[in-house]
Parts: sequence; structure tokens; C-alpha cells
Amino acid sequence: MDKEQNAFYERMEGKGVTRRDFMRYCTFLTATMGLSAAYVPKVAEVFAAPKQRPPVIWLHFAECTGCSEAVLRSHYPYIDDLVLEVLSLEYHETVMAAAGQQAEDQLHAAMKKYEGKFICVVEGAIATKFDGGYGKIGGRSFLDMGKDVCSKAAAVICIGSCSSFGGIQAAKPNPGGYKGVGDALGIKTVNLPGCPPNPVNFVGTLVNFLLLGKLPALDDLGRPLFAYGKTIHDQCPRRSHFENEEFVTEFGSPEAAMGYCLYKMGCRGPETFNNCPIAKFNEGTSFPIEAGHPCIGCSEPDFWDKMTPFYQEM
Amino acid sequence: MRAVEDAVKVKIPDNARIIRNLLHGAQFQHDHLVHFYHLHALDWVDVVSALKADPKATAALADNVSNAQMGGAVYFKSVQERLRTFVESGQLGPFANAYWGHPAYKLPPEANLMAAAHYVEALRIQARAARLHAIFGAKNPHLQSLVVGGVTCVADLTPDRIAEFLYIWKETQNFIENVYIPDLVAVASFYKDWGAIGGTQNFLAWGDFPETASEPESLYMPRGVIKKRDLANTAMAMQEGVTEHVKRSWYTDGPPKHPYKGETKPLQENPTYKPDDGKYSWLKAPRYENESCEVGPLARVLVAYAKGHADLKPVVDQTCQKLGIPVTALFSTLGRTAARGLETLTIGKAMEGWIMQLVENVKNGDTKTYQAWDWPAGEAIGLGLNDVPRGALGHWVRIEDKKIKNYQYVVPSTWNLGPRCENNKMGPVEEALIGTPVADPKQPLEVLRTVHSFDPCIACGVHVIDPDSNQVYTVKAL
Repeated sequence: MDKEQNAFYERMEGKGVTRRDFMRYCTFLTATMGLSAAYVPKVAEVFAAPKQRPPVIWLHFAECTGCSEAVLRSHYPYIDDLVLEVLSLEYHETVMAAAGQQAEDQLHAAMKKYEGKFICVVEGAIATKFDGGYGKIGGRSFLDMGKDVCSKAAAVICIGSCSSFGGIQAAKPNPGGYKGVGDALGIKTVNLPGCPPNPVNFVGTLVNFLLLGKLPALDDLGRPLFAYGKTIHDQCPRRSHFENEEFVTEFGSPEAAMGYCLYKMGCRGPETFNNCPIAKFNEGTSFPIEAGHPCIGCSEPDFWDKMTPFYQEM
Repeated sequence: MRAVEDAVKVKIPDNARIIRNLLHGAQFQHDHLVHFYHLHALDWVDVVSALKADPKATAALADNVSNAQMGGAVYFKSVQERLRTFVESGQLGPFANAYWGHPAYKLPPEANLMAAAHYVEALRIQARAARLHAIFGAKNPHLQSLVVGGVTCVADLTPDRIAEFLYIWKETQNFIENVYIPDLVAVASFYKDWGAIGGTQNFLAWGDFPETASEPESLYMPRGVIKKRDLANTAMAMQEGVTEHVKRSWYTDGPPKHPYKGETKPLQENPTYKPDDGKYSWLKAPRYENESCEVGPLARVLVAYAKGHADLKPVVDQTCQKLGIPVTALFSTLGRTAARGLETLTIGKAMEGWIMQLVENVKNGDTKTYQAWDWPAGEAIGLGLNDVPRGALGHWVRIEDKKIKNYQYVVPSTWNLGPRCENNKMGPVEEALIGTPVADPKQPLEVLRTVHSFDPCIACGVHVIDPDSNQVYTVKAL
């Protein structure tokens, strides 16, 4: 038992969880995932401060950093646990203390040290027109960086609609020729679309990878089925109002106050695949339909072009 | 939204105004906390030095400077152990390859440990505080309950939702009062020389938080413009004074234009960096009456201070007194970072009154959150001016036959980080960096301090020239 693991168990015990409780939890989790008992120690190892935390290189391309912000709001685990104990966030421009040349050096050092082993998370779309000229960091195009870094990763996870499908940059007229990462680089990626996506689904994808050593089952758009397998409409708590033809036709109306269906206000729930009604956001506090606003389909490909005009019935 | 509301001439209901103020206030609480602890603190706090701290002495220091509920030698020892385990793992993650040990770090190890502990605490608090947005706005980030005419969250005007908001607001405000502000003052006391570094000349605030339907008269954070640091002659800021220049930006050339007539025509080429006399930025250069203006916390606080703001002015005076610095030291990097904290405190306090107004309205049966409106025939124009955490934000829209004909917005980071204009005048960040002492050009920590103090919303390119070797170092501020 090395020092880190001991420290981990001490911390757990500080929270009232004994080593025996912990192993029982790991056994339960292993069984839930349909694995044999032989996997139990492996599952335990993922949580019990592994000798080496899995390295993550996080790239920022054309984006607003909203997806990073969303992950900062993770409440299970909290972001400090995620960064200090579960993962090794080797490169992330917003939160890393290093800047400029030192940041650049860190990227190259991490890529070299963990070649073929790191998880590459990409936030933002890639400009493809004019040799990728519309999007550069330190004079180097996103296109060039993406090719270099993604090709050396164990897996590429696209967080958000921009890296998944191009997002707002790729909306018409798209002067920079922006595309999602998979499209721009011609590679397979795990896509977690949403503007921003729920951090719960990001953590779920990571845990799947860390526990099972493989990525979760995906649909034909690269989206994990556990999160994007059903439409919002099919999971909506207001569904019965739809069936009963009880609709909101004006915001702020008595029907809106009673939580009627937003279909006639332009809700895109019926054609949007996501688990917002079940997972909800910010510790399960709410999601757009609960706040009385129609779903705008923000996790579907090209939603800026295909889901607009918002507020008009489909 | 305010721009479209102006164009279609709709007045939003009282409750919509209050809920927007509450959501906006929560944005200030949240963003400024994250900026101070997670995007700026490590420019001043040396995490590695925290490992050398004596936990007992740290506890004594913390007891002395703050009212934080977490503390004591055991607490600081456990934080230090956690950091040590992390460092000894050899995987430094986001702390890798930074400027630890740089001579410009001035805090003793105990202060570094205290700040590092609060860095971690603030990570938790910010995740909780984000729920304030979710309660009336569905989610954070990118809340989704704002529509032209009001807000959509009428079903959330219930006692338990309002109580939930009040509870988390209180928890957040408690952290701001008892941890953030004391930390700010404690750290600032070691860096008073930064009260003379990183200043600019002109300041613009559109102001925000309307307390009645009339703007700009009722704005809790007032509107105004200050030229050449002349607080005594703070004037009303007029949107007609705004133009945007593109001579040094990667857009097709043209004369400076007011946003109603503004154009956004990006060059149809792979843009190259020509700092000497050519184009070098994707940002346009906004000007107010032909001058660049700093926007953001410092601009807002100075305008409010100059106008004798009843809540904010005493807070500013007391803080300057506590630090033993004159009010003129606010024209600086230190002042900018302090202003951010002081407005967070003040706006946060004002939120309680707004929550109570909402309670009062609901109690009296007023749950109106939306005003229906009609599209105007033919053409309509409208503008919306407000002040978001990073600074003055303006949107200008031209509508024709229910469609957007032209839309321009001038955002805070364009004001602060925009390039030179056609009169070759510098933008605020360029101006602020002139004269920054840099101990080691290869490790320009001091430059980061000033750039980060503006809370930039872009990854920007800054150049530092060593006059002896004339070597140019490119520093990416992230």
C-alpha cells in the first residue's frame, strides 16, 4: 500500500467511510456494470488515488469557454476532487497557472510523456478555410494543433456543440469554414454536444473510460447512448400536458404558470436527443423547460441553422 | 434582448426587472469570485511556497485577517497535506511549469497557504453559487429564461424557489464578506507598489441594475464617463459618442462607424500579424469621442465613487484607509483587482433588498413576468446598454420586416483589449502595460498580473520587448 493510497483511505475515513465500506461500494459498482468479481480491485484502483492519475490535455479552439465553465460546476465529483485526485489536467489554458511560452512547453512535454495514453478533450470548432487562418494560438492554426495533438491521444472527447458539430461558428455564413473536430480532422470522436453540455455526462463518459478502459456505447453521431439515447420530449415531465393538448401560447400566462407544454412556443424537445429532463443542471436544480423556456435543440447538429427561428412551432 | 425591447417598444414588468437584476447580481458574485481565486490569484500567490508554511502560524494569520468559518491548525495542515501529496505525485496538472519561486511573489508561506486553501474552498462555493442562476434561469452557464418582453420562469415564483435563492445568496455573500474581501485586503497589503502600476486614463460605464423602470436615472451602478482621471468632472455617457475603428483590425478598411451603421467584414484571407503599422487583431477598436476607455469593475467603481454612491463610496474609502493608500492609487492594477471585490460586496448586499421586493410583489398577488408585444411595421432600431462583470456592453439592432437587418455589439473585452485606432491611439491594456517592471523577460509574471486584472475574455497576444537585446518575447495571456 503506497502513501497516496493510504492518504486516500485516511481521507475517506475522515468522511466516515471505512475501507470495508469502500470495497463494498466498489463490488456493487462492478456488479452493476456487469463485470466479474475479478474487476473489483481494478475499480477500487480508479478511485483510490491511482499511482498515476490519467492525464488529460484540454484544447480550446473557437469557443466561449462555457463548456469549461460547465465542468467547473460539476458537483459529483466536485471540480477540486476531479482535478486534484481523479485526473491529471496537464494542459487547460483557462485554469492552468502557466502562460505563454511556459504553457506551450507544458503542452509539448505532456504530449511527449503521455503519447498514446492521454485523453484529449476538445472545446470549440476548427477553422478550415484559408489554411485554418481564422483560428490560431501563438501563430499556429487550430487545424494544425488538432492534427498534432489528437493523433497522439488515446481518445478524443469533444465537449460541447462547437467541437462536436461546429456550433455557432459554423452557422451560416460561416466565413472561416468552421467544422466540428471529427469533420475537420477526419477522425472518430466521442461527442458530448450541448451549449453547454451537462457536466454529469462528461464525468459519466470519463468514469466509463477509467473503469472499463473503453469508451461508452455511441450512436451514429458519436454521442454516448447513456446520455443521448432518448429525446427530451420522451423524458419530459410536461409530457402529459402534451398528450392532453394543454399548451402554453404566451409566456407568463396562467398556462405557463401551471407548467403546460411548450410545444406551441417552439419547443424542440421532440427532435432533440439529450437527458436534460432527467439529469437537470447545477445539482439537479432546473433545466430550460422547467424554467418555462422552450428547448432550443442546442445539442443537435447545426442547431443555429436548423432549429431557428426559435419560438415558432415546428 | 434589451436592444430588441427598445426597438419593439415594450416595457417589461416589475418582476421581470427584479428577476433580471437578481440573475445579473448572481453573475457578479459568481464571476468575480472565480476570477479572483481561479483566474488571477496565482499571479500573486505562490502555491509551492505554501508547502513551507507552518499550519499553526497560518491558522493564527487567518484568525487575524478573516472571519472565515473554515480554519484552525488542523484544517490548514490537512490542506497542506493534500497539496503535498499532489505535488509529490509528480503530476502537477494545472500548476505545472508556472512561475513558482519568482522574485515578484511577495507573500510569506503562511499567507500563501491561507490563499491556496481558499482557492479550493472557492471552487466548491462557485459550483453552489451557480445554482442561483439555475433557480430562475434553468442552468448555468448560458441561462435560458430571458425573452423579449420579460422572463419565462413564472412557475418558479413560489415561496420555496425564492427561499432557495435567498439561502444560496446568503451562503455566497457570507463567503464574499468573510473570505474574499479579507483575502483581497490581506494579499493587497503585500503588493501596495502595484497601486502605481498598470493604470489607464479614461473610464466608461453604461451602468446597470435599474431599480425602477426609468434608465439611466435609477441604475444602482450608475452610468458615466471619466476622462483623464478627472473624477470631479464625471459626465453622463452617451451612446452617440461610440465608434469602432478597423484600421488595425482584420476587417475590410473603412471609416470609424457608430454601431447602428457598423459593419463586420472579415478579411477573406489567412490573416497575418503586422504589429508595426498594419493589422494585428480580430478585435475592432472601440472609441468614445475618439478616446479609448477602460471598462469593467474599476470604471464602474470610479464612476459610482465620483457620484458619491451611498453604499459603495464608504466601502472604497474604508478599504483605502485600511491599506493606507490614497484613492488615487485605484488608477492601477491593484485598484482594478480591489474594485472587483468591492463591487461584488456592494452589489451582493443590494441583492437582498431586490429579493425582498420580489417577495412583496408575490405576496400582493403580482406574478406578472411578461409583457406581450407586437412587431413594428417596416423598420425599427433599438439599443441596449448594460454593464456585465467584465464591463460596459452595448447592443445595437436594426430590424426590417421582422428580420435582423444589422446587429452590432461592442463588448467589454473589445473596449479593453482592442488594438490601436486610426489615430494610432492605444487601447487600455496596451496603455496599462507601458512601464510595467519586468524582473525576468523570460518569466513575465508582472505582465500577466496587469493583463489578468482586466479579466480578459480572449486569449490575447502581448509583446514584451527587451530594450537591451531588442529581443521580442511573445507572451500568451490565458
